[in-house]
Amino acid sequence: MVTAKCPICGNPVEIPDDALLGEIIEHECGAQLEVFNDNGRLSVRLAEQVGEDWGE
Amino acid sequence: MILGVSYDLLRWEEKNLIEEAKKIGHNIIPLFTKDFYSFFGVSSSLNLDTDVIIQRNTSHSRALLTSLIFEGYNYKVVNDSTTLIRCENKLYTLALLNKHGINVPRTFVSFSREKTLELADKLGYPVVVKPIEGSWGRMIAKANDKDILMSLLEYQEYTTSQYRYAYFVQEFVNKPNRDIRIFVIGDEAPVGIYRINEKNWKTNTALGARAEPLKIDDELQDLALKVKEVIGGFFLGIDIFVDKERGYIVNEVNGVPEYKNTVRVNNFNVSQYLIKKISEWVRK
Repeated sequence: MVTAKCPICGNPVEIPDDALLGEIIEHECGAQLEVFNDNGRLSVRLAEQVGEDWGE
Repeated sequence: MILGVSYDLLRWEEKNLIEEAKKIGHNIIPLFTKDFYSFFGVSSSLNLDTDVIIQRNTSHSRALLTSLIFEGYNYKVVNDSTTLIRCENKLYTLALLNKHGINVPRTFVSFSREKTLELADKLGYPVVVKPIEGSWGRMIAKANDKDILMSLLEYQEYTTSQYRYAYFVQEFVNKPNRDIRIFVIGDEAPVGIYRINEKNWKTNTALGARAEPLKIDDELQDLALKVKEVIGGFFLGIDIFVDKERGYIVNEVNGVPEYKNTVRVNNFNVSQYLIKKISEWVRK
């Protein structure tokens, strides 16, 4: 388990070991976070909102 | 088989594809688009050891661009960029289907407000205004009369769409609270759903329509495979209306289809079936 810092509330965020890049984590503060590769280590950033070109 | 999965968001479908491929014993390379890049003219390879890449980006632009990149390095992609363009642009889809004699909704495309209002009178209200590119029922609106249509055209003109001055207007097909979503996987059309919505004329499951298992008759299966011949691709979700007088009418074709509800109500493993068909295709 990797621990990162929530970019919104600053509290810790636990990233499961089997998380894939792009995985969405719902944080306790209500933020939707996206797992990403931050120079070789897993971290989280605010997830992208639904875009106008999203769909099937 | 080594399978690449190109994605920008891990929906149920992408996770399920990865799980099912692993269960069968295939190697998986997840390709998260936001971490991905290409360096044309510098590198002759992407250094990806994959037999095929499944295109699953939620963003249409990222799906198209990454398929183009993979193809630029000679990878097999499901679906390829040409199919994605044909599906994403509703006018392109409609024109191809029409050219090959497949029933489509009565639709006009016009380029001025005046002509649009004149043609809407001929088509008859209500009419449905759609963005030429879009998904999940977004920005699709029904105009019950000329006043509403005028407002919708004005709203469209103030969007950022490159097609904001092209007016894509369809008849309102009087379907029985439901339409059909049928899937083509390889050279078969094995599964689909009715998308039912008693409260909203839009039957997108993204907008709350409920799914029920689809009974696939020969005519429907033949139609789905004919659409696949025309549009191309390997994995398609085809939306079809049933009109009391005209029969099946093909409304749209989706190049990165979602299938969570289809799996749930049909007890049919779409991911496993898709992987099996891709594996057969790659071995040929």
